[in-house]
Amino acid sequence: MSEHDDREQAEIGLEDTERAHREAEERALVAETSEGAQELMPRGTTSAGELRQEVGAVLRLPEGGYVDPGDIDIDRRDDQTMIINMGPQHPSTHGVLRLMLELDGETVLRTKPIIGYLHTGMEKTGEELTYVQGATNTTRMDYLSPLHNELVFSLATEALLGVELPPRAVWIRMLMAELNRMSSHLMWMATNGMDLGSTSMMIYGFREREMVLSFFEKTTGLRMNHNYIRPGGVAADLPDGWQDDVEVICETVLARTYEYDELLTGQPIFRERTEAVGNISAEEALALSVTGPILRSTGVPWDLRRTMPYLDYNKLDFDVIVGSYGDNFDRYSVRLNEIRESIRMVRQIAEMMPPGDYRVQDRKVTPPPRARIDESMEALIHHFKVFTEGFRVPEGEVYVAIESPRGELGCYLVSDGTSKPYRMHIRAPSFVNLQALPLLLRGGLMADAVAVISSVDPVMGEVDR
Amino acid sequence: MGFEDLQHNFLTGRIEDLVKWARRNSVWPATFGLACCAIEMMSVGAADYDISRLGMEVFRASPRQADLMVVAGRVSQKMAPVLRQVYDQMMEPKWVISMGVCASSGGMFNNYAIVQGVDQIVPVDVYAPGCPPSPETLLHAILTLHEKIRTGEITRRPGTSVPAGEQATGGWVPTVPDAVRVATPR
Amino acid sequence: MTETTPNASTAGTTAAIHPEVPRLADRLVDQLAFPHRDTYHQMVSAFRDVGFELCADVCAVDYLTHPGRTLPAGVTPERFEVVVNLLSMSMRQRVRIRVQVPESDPSVDSIVDVYPGADAMEREAFDLMGIVFAGHPDMTRILMPEDWEGHPLRKDYGVGRVPVQFKEAPGPR
Repeated sequence: MSEHDDREQAEIGLEDTERAHREAEERALVAETSEGAQELMPRGTTSAGELRQEVGAVLRLPEGGYVDPGDIDIDRRDDQTMIINMGPQHPSTHGVLRLMLELDGETVLRTKPIIGYLHTGMEKTGEELTYVQGATNTTRMDYLSPLHNELVFSLATEALLGVELPPRAVWIRMLMAELNRMSSHLMWMATNGMDLGSTSMMIYGFREREMVLSFFEKTTGLRMNHNYIRPGGVAADLPDGWQDDVEVICETVLARTYEYDELLTGQPIFRERTEAVGNISAEEALALSVTGPILRSTGVPWDLRRTMPYLDYNKLDFDVIVGSYGDNFDRYSVRLNEIRESIRMVRQIAEMMPPGDYRVQDRKVTPPPRARIDESMEALIHHFKVFTEGFRVPEGEVYVAIESPRGELGCYLVSDGTSKPYRMHIRAPSFVNLQALPLLLRGGLMADAVAVISSVDPVMGEVDR
Repeated sequence: MGFEDLQHNFLTGRIEDLVKWARRNSVWPATFGLACCAIEMMSVGAADYDISRLGMEVFRASPRQADLMVVAGRVSQKMAPVLRQVYDQMMEPKWVISMGVCASSGGMFNNYAIVQGVDQIVPVDVYAPGCPPSPETLLHAILTLHEKIRTGEITRRPGTSVPAGEQATGGWVPTVPDAVRVATPR
Repeated sequence: MTETTPNASTAGTTAAIHPEVPRLADRLVDQLAFPHRDTYHQMVSAFRDVGFELCADVCAVDYLTHPGRTLPAGVTPERFEVVVNLLSMSMRQRVRIRVQVPESDPSVDSIVDVYPGADAMEREAFDLMGIVFAGHPDMTRILMPEDWEGHPLRKDYGVGRVPVQFKEAPGPR
């Protein structure tokens, strides 16, 4: 028995050192995951001027009214508030966003989003890849609407090249872009429902999205991150029978948007949780450079497809959906109705799709058809050059912006005359929209924080790039 | 249960089989979706590629309640210590599926910002390639993991001693039955 | 200045619903402005007063390996350029402001007091390019970890590529 006791003692001793070792490791890890100056500092170490900056964008407006000093709660002491950390791994299904919240009880005072947990160096990678390969890189930024990223990069490249696209290529691009807007908004409806507690909405949203994704797989070969829209046109023509597929998608999704109305829009709990939550006014939104459904929910009818059209959007008949109060519910209804508008546009595109080439016939830019490689030496050489060295783009710089499901997606491309971009900068809408988060969360409850983040619809791939 | 200390006889063998059956049919994943692969992981959890039939639809937010960490997406330098922290907070037995090429090897992003393979941070049990892997690929990876649990290889941590018979082949290959190896039809 | 040939209108399609809106290619003859570093802030405020309500984008470019770019007369090229894209919703117009920033003193005035939305974008330019924006309330890194050294997007910062099989060359492809 004494041996048994000895063994126990030895084991306990072992456990102690193990525990001490584990605790030391955990402490080291906590130190490693702390981001120092990027985090929210306690009130004691924050100056009054900085507190004014962080407390609300209203105070940042140059001509904005002065806020009652009592509202700033500068004098609130450190021990009355609590700084908590949410993320980067957390139940809200919006990726690796880390939020530091300063709470007074349940009320949120200051917020600081800390991003960079998905930084992939895509702008640096973009300088290493040729223009033909560039779409594979940009497409992974906003992974919920990859075709829009490819589209903006291709438009910027074509602007520098000065090529004129055949009409069919333009209309195929519009079709894919609008279908992608539908799938992105359906995904948003799914995750928004999930964040608010409605698991059924999650399943419904993904079910509809699967229909669009299987059409994408049929056309582009991949469900996501397609690399389909390339400089010069699109990678392949639409498959036979695409009009029937598209019509089935439109019919089904349109009927189901009315199901979502039954499930969510009229439901009292949903309305209580989303109305008057996360308000933002039009002036604040413009000051913070917020675009997309958030800006439209405040009442500003700014949609690049209508006001500064690209591709052939000026030939389509659609409405720009606008909200009134700038709260969560308005953002929800703007996105829901944008799904319906996209369906309307897709139907028009299916009717008006012109015949012809799906990519520009300039052999220096687009590779020849595979069959020609066996017949013509020139075709083989062009194929080889396009896929190894890439095509050269004249020197210059351009900024092109399109309307992605999240807002203004822009590409600033600088070319030095070689076959790789000199500088490719993507203006990501979610990156800029996240600046509105401290304002949206201020004064709200902790429970609303998840709902508000969800309604801002950030996609961390494009926030961090 | 500390299997490693048990004397193995036919009675405890039955109990082991029971425990392995329970473990593999209720693997609860932790939410560790990072990037595009996370969307495909959510699709696997949704209606079309239901993993609820495998007992896995409960994505636990708290790592203390989770068994499986599916690293879905690219791991950046800033995220790496967080990943390790979440892995450490999970209770034994725990498994890791590295989903996608970015998690398995850095993928197309061979640069300063991305950790070249999550196996530099946590021990990985199954790698699922693809960019992103289609939901069927992830399901195959999950079923491979189930096989791994069923055949008991899981009591041996990767990197520890390999039985003499397998050293000749230079590596360990999971004994996955043919029924699982055949590609699932569309 | 970039100029693109206007596209011919497509034949055989239905009548344009909004024919008076110029096409993208025609609009891309962007207006550019090249202020000096000292007058940059003033110019941005002036644009805001004229009706450019939204600051669409603030980014930085490192011209270390491409010094011979075309600039208008009177503008001395420096290593860095800070590029600001402004948008006027009322006039449906964009303008691009390019400021030359020398390597020896990489700092510019911050325009956060004019456009609060430039906050995160300036932090990104600082983090990735090393340009300090004077007057910014929170000039810290935003994308890289706090203890990171160097500014990754500069041309003298390597990609950080790990040598892989079949691509033994350490440099870019």
